[in-house]
Amino acid sequence: MSEAQGLAMPAPRGGIGGMARQVLPFAAIFGAGLILPAVSNDYWTLIATRAAIYWVLVSGLNLVVGFAGQLAIGWVALLTLGAYTTSVLALGNVLPPLPVAAAFSVAAVVGAVFGLIVGLPALRLRTFYFAMTTLGFATIVTQVALAWQSVTGGGIGVPGPMLPAPFDTALGFYLLCLALAAFCTWMTANIAHSRFGRSLIAIRDAEVAAESAGISKPRLLGAVFLFSGAMAGVAGGLFATLQSYITPEAFTFDLSVLFFIAILIGGRGSILGPLIATVVLTWLPEFAAPLVVWSTFLYAALLLVIVLAVPGGIAALLDFRNRRPLESNRAVQPHPELLPDILARGERRHAITLRNVVLSFGAVRAIDGLDLVIEPGRIHGLIGPNGSGKTTTLNVICGFNTPETGSVMLDDAPLPPGAPQTRAATGIARTFQTPRLIGEASVLQNVMVGGAIRGQGSFVESLLSLPRHHGDEVMLRAEALRALRSVGLDALAEVRADRLQHSELRFLEIARALMLRPRFLLLDEPAAGLSAEEIRRLGALIRAIRDQGTGVLLVEHHADLIFDICDHVTVLNLGRVLAAGTPAEIRVHKEVVSAYLGA
Amino acid sequence: MLIAILMSGLAVGAVYALIGVTYNVMFSASRVMSFTAGQLGMLGGVLGAAFIGVLGLPAILGFILTLAVCALVGVLTEIIAVRPVLNSLEQHLYVLSTLAVALLIQQFVAIEWSTEPQPFPRLLGVGGGGPTDEKFWLPMLACAATVAGLEFLYRRTLVGRAFLAIAEDNFAARALGLPERNLRMGSYALAGVIGGVAGFASGQLLLAFFANGAMLNFYGFIPVALGGLGNNRGAIISGLLLGVFQQAANFTFGGVFASVAVFTVFIVVLLAAPQGLFGMPPQRRV
Repeated sequence: MSEAQGLAMPAPRGGIGGMARQVLPFAAIFGAGLILPAVSNDYWTLIATRAAIYWVLVSGLNLVVGFAGQLAIGWVALLTLGAYTTSVLALGNVLPPLPVAAAFSVAAVVGAVFGLIVGLPALRLRTFYFAMTTLGFATIVTQVALAWQSVTGGGIGVPGPMLPAPFDTALGFYLLCLALAAFCTWMTANIAHSRFGRSLIAIRDAEVAAESAGISKPRLLGAVFLFSGAMAGVAGGLFATLQSYITPEAFTFDLSVLFFIAILIGGRGSILGPLIATVVLTWLPEFAAPLVVWSTFLYAALLLVIVLAVPGGIAALLDFRNRRPLESNRAVQPHPELLPDILARGERRHAITLRNVVLSFGAVRAIDGLDLVIEPGRIHGLIGPNGSGKTTTLNVICGFNTPETGSVMLDDAPLPPGAPQTRAATGIARTFQTPRLIGEASVLQNVMVGGAIRGQGSFVESLLSLPRHHGDEVMLRAEALRALRSVGLDALAEVRADRLQHSELRFLEIARALMLRPRFLLLDEPAAGLSAEEIRRLGALIRAIRDQGTGVLLVEHHADLIFDICDHVTVLNLGRVLAAGTPAEIRVHKEVVSAYLGA
Repeated sequence: MLIAILMSGLAVGAVYALIGVTYNVMFSASRVMSFTAGQLGMLGGVLGAAFIGVLGLPAILGFILTLAVCALVGVLTEIIAVRPVLNSLEQHLYVLSTLAVALLIQQFVAIEWSTEPQPFPRLLGVGGGGPTDEKFWLPMLACAATVAGLEFLYRRTLVGRAFLAIAEDNFAARALGLPERNLRMGSYALAGVIGGVAGFASGQLLLAFFANGAMLNFYGFIPVALGGLGNNRGAIISGLLLGVFQQAANFTFGGVFASVAVFTVFIVVLLAAPQGLFGMPPQRRV
């Protein structure tokens, strides 16, 4: 994550200084790029031009592979498409010749459309399957380029587009590519530090939590594939210009390997890492002539070493901040008195109502005719032995499981089954039995993910860093800090989430859920793994949430906590309601005592 | 004409099916889809040509040596690329580690062997280039022999049953005291042998060519995807159908359109049935 975190940080020691520290490495790389032609020869300028063009593609692909975690290994296909589109349109062997700028624009559009087509299977297919479809697509595009002789010139090829002055010299073209590369870096950095970038990483590392936060995977991935495809299309046009003559052989799978591996060696979820890796991998074979033949072998060996030894890539090696030891003996100290600032009291009359819900897994009836009402401003405890259907009930409410019969209603309107991403907008938030967090992201970023749907700006506004993007960021950061303070984790806001203790992760999930200003909060065993003192503080926090009018469903095994804070308790056994009533009634209920609580 | 399409279709289909089985054998033992499956097939062809054609060894000795090296490559894959990432399966690092090993194999062959397709020696000298030539029926024979061999292994031998046990429930099998790690290495060796057999038997058909690895990776994966992960019967049926479909499209429309047609059918079927035609329903997510 390293620098991707930087700008989204509260930057405790001076915002400007923190920002400068993040921008400095990029400024150094592009500054070195600027003076390179003055201090070296045309050959090195050519290599640098190639690196800049590759980066135009890789920066876009980075959002797909590094951020969204979609293993698109055949992205060279889009480079091919972009190269042939610009070349053929500028040459005019099919249509009347277009101006070069128009040809590049069309290439961007073609790249975007095919980026979407190649990418969309990712919504339905698992990782390896998706990787294979992109690989297959890359093979097909090369074969079509070879066979479609009337357009592509087949194996003989076509000349690349000629750019107008001042970009028709080697130096002019290099500076153009460098400027474009810098522009792409800026755009992808804007996305990385926006709610979209965080949502992409959430889809990668905590997909279920992302859905519960209302993040729409199809829309977000669609936008990213369009953007990444367009970048690849433009890069293709530049590549054709650089080559001055293109044949299908110019687009070997080795190029795809270079793009893909640059991102992984650089580090997922980083921009600086892949940038460094792209430059190094482009330059590496030039280092010594015999290496040219072995370059792909070398890349593959590097990939293997990185995957096995440093899964975080270059970015993890550069992430010095998260090597500082954390204070031991930390205790979470929530501040429930801050909750009125987060959960404004509103008029809350309606309830979540489950009627006669039945759900089986194979031959097992997980829920067998369940009726349940979760009222606003009350804490509803749901207890029962393991396998009695508690978490499944929660999943039915959240839309992860579809009941066979029965209804789940909110305010007289049915909650659509099998559509978990719709719950956040209706004000239903939840936590998970096993915390679902982004380990590589900071605590603060994890909380900001929870408020993703509250942003106003669009993907394009974030891409270009327009005012609404800044408004969203300021709002989300302020609210996330407030939520962290209320659960008592504000001191750890900057720390990577995977460095936290288990008990802290529980409170972190609650903070993330609070970002939705939930009308209903569903907690799945929030006290598991907490000390007695922490459980007491958790109880006070949940009570304070209730006092703001939020309805709480509490799935728990800690009977003390349940009887201490609940207004109403339902006991499940084998998917049915064994008993329901006030804590006092349940505590003395004969069957409950014998089946679950023990004498 | 029809006979020619059918013979060449079933021949390449048998190779795709065998590579599909190679994927499956590795998957069953480790829940890992490995990019090395197609490379094992490529190695079968290249090593066969190297041992018999270049070194001039007797065919049977070349065959055995080829299989031995392929089995070794399988075991090395398990040690280098699979075992270290088994603890974090959900991060899908295996996609990257096996891709890296596959690329290492492919590039090594490209540099040390040749980047051009090289001839594979005639083995038996049966058939004179027509539809009954050995290059067509050898892959089919290899496929039939592998199916029979696997059936015997899984149904009649203790080791085979142990393979099935770890494929069915890894944890339960370990709890019963099965040597899971050794069985996994055994499975990868077996996968190496099956891939090697596929490559060796199809050597005259596909030639000894480094790029066959990537090609077989893709066309061998299609039967797995359509037949359902780990389902060998599905892979064999889908593989043979794929081969015939591809060759029929090849003869009628030409090579490019055959590739496009196969790719399109593959994507459409997968999107309609992500679990494959013979697959299992998805698991719980939360």
